[in-house]
Amino acid sequence: MIQPVLSVRDLVVEIPTRHGLLKPVDGVSYDIAPGEILGVVGESGAGKSMTGNAVIGLLDRPARIAEGEIHLNGERIDNLSLRELRKYRGKQIGMVFQDPLTSLNPLLPIGDQLTETIQEHLNVSKSEAEGRAVAALEEVGIPAAKERIGSYPHEFSGGMRQRVVIALALCAEPSLVIADEPTTALDVSVQAQITALLKRLCRERGMAVMLVTHDMGVIAETADRVAVMYAGKLAELGPVRDVIGSPRHPYTDGLMGSTPLASKGKDRLHQIPGNMPRLGKLPSGCAFHPRCPYTQGKCKDDPGPRLKTTDGRAACWFPLDGPQAAKGVA
Amino acid sequence: MSIIVSVKNLTRNFDVSKPWLNRVIERLPKRNLTAVSDVSFEVEENTVYALVGESGSGKSTIGKMIVGLLNPSSGTVEIEGVNLATETDQGKIDVVRSDIQMVFQDPYASLNPRWKVGDIIAEPAAAQGESTDGLSEKLLEQVGLSASDASKFPHEFSGGQRQRICVARALASEPKLIVCDEPTSALDVSVQAQVLNLMSDLKDEFGLTYLFISHDLTVIQHMADKIGVLYLGRLVEEAAPKDLFENPQHPYTQMLLEAAPRMDGFGREIDPPEGEIPDPINPPTGCAFHPRCPLAIANCSAERPQLEARGNGRVACFRAGDV
Repeated sequence: MIQPVLSVRDLVVEIPTRHGLLKPVDGVSYDIAPGEILGVVGESGAGKSMTGNAVIGLLDRPARIAEGEIHLNGERIDNLSLRELRKYRGKQIGMVFQDPLTSLNPLLPIGDQLTETIQEHLNVSKSEAEGRAVAALEEVGIPAAKERIGSYPHEFSGGMRQRVVIALALCAEPSLVIADEPTTALDVSVQAQITALLKRLCRERGMAVMLVTHDMGVIAETADRVAVMYAGKLAELGPVRDVIGSPRHPYTDGLMGSTPLASKGKDRLHQIPGNMPRLGKLPSGCAFHPRCPYTQGKCKDDPGPRLKTTDGRAACWFPLDGPQAAKGVA
Repeated sequence: MSIIVSVKNLTRNFDVSKPWLNRVIERLPKRNLTAVSDVSFEVEENTVYALVGESGSGKSTIGKMIVGLLNPSSGTVEIEGVNLATETDQGKIDVVRSDIQMVFQDPYASLNPRWKVGDIIAEPAAAQGESTDGLSEKLLEQVGLSASDASKFPHEFSGGQRQRICVARALASEPKLIVCDEPTSALDVSVQAQVLNLMSDLKDEFGLTYLFISHDLTVIQHMADKIGVLYLGRLVEEAAPKDLFENPQHPYTQMLLEAAPRMDGFGREIDPPEGEIPDPINPPTGCAFHPRCPLAIANCSAERPQLEARGNGRVACFRAGDV
């Protein structure tokens, strides 16, 4: 078996508060192989961004990694000091955030920001770094890259800015890219351009990509495998075709059912009853049981099987064998 | 069926010039941004008319002009045959005003954090001097919340619940038309499903008409009876959902449908659309879409195609037959 680029094992992120300990990420395990795109979906508060931030060491205090291990190319990175971590950030892990305007420095031309990053991580001269910066911009499809290198972020459109951010994430040739809602702030046509770009770069460079998003359509078209998160836990993990085509976890099933689809016509959408529970008030047992149409006695007390391996599929005591909500059964 | 909203040749310009002193010193001309240009459409009673387009296409500006939050630069908006901008009979204005309400995109910004939910919901009725006894409690129950929520503050609710409160407020003056500007864009999918179902139910119950503004094609397809596609302030195509999604006539509509991610599009490889929406201050000549259009011919950059009836809808394209 090929060594995975990223390997996360039983990751627990804790936030101590006055009202007790919160666990926005609770026992999450997954691998990402070289050249693979892992989609992470879930609703707001499911812990998907928190998982990404934990990997790159960007957890804001007082949040901290309480348990578990993160390995990057076989080396453990979750217990590194800030100094050591800086060698990984940007160099081996690139990060693309949701809002391209706030992730660029508005006071520096984009060329300076790129050359700074390249010189920080690669041992090259200033002029060579500039050459690489132009090449990086050309690779992400910015027209007339040589002339635009002196432009400031505000002179670019939203889509072009996101391309600059991607160039910035990729310029030190990382083996893993974490893209946190990279297309959420963009229009449909620009979104299609950016996802096509990510897919191409992933294929050409053999990078591993962790794509965090709430858009099932983007996941279906872009990801190879998908991890569905609910209340800090992995609900389901598997190849994208299987998870979206025939969900095993009732939550995934409900999520699919509530997405408007052409094939469903104008029938009522499936509703998952209730709301996502607050982290401080998680129900006992399986966190989804109060909203689940298939709840049985066991679900209320036992938190459900934790997904251990890469092909574990659903963390549910009574997994489904195909879509139910979409058919209007539930 | 009667027409409730009739929009004719609606245009709105915004002055985006630099301040007066800068213009004098730097010798800059005045600059105008045409957000909406020559848009005409009609909405039938008890239907959902959807406006779809990317950012900068003018969909929100049209919505604001219909409810009267902005005045048109030229053209007219008639609601139930009354043009609010020119009507002088105050009695008529009051009647029509109370028939229009709006639901905004961001349920966090559109509720006053210092007001109790009950007061927020009853305000439209109170403003018209109507009795508000038990009104907010009744409306809260109609939108799926409980009557006791009336004494709470907005921060005690989640995003989806807040949007329900916004819908309840919109219903307070017993309107006929509700303009919904991206009502579910800030919500998660499962919450979106709840709000969309609620809106459909209320429409049937109260005989409401919606002008539904969204950028999300799947939501539009689910809700709309008729769809208007906007590009750079102009209506480029108008059709029923079935016709539009199965047989788009305008190359821009076709591009949008092609680019929208699909749930069943596993590993789908598409040629992503070229370019981006042009600068609305200096729009391209002729058809605004021609620089990105794969079918563009010489005439497209010289002359602007008019919106003309074609099949079951209307389309503004010289090459509509070849799409």
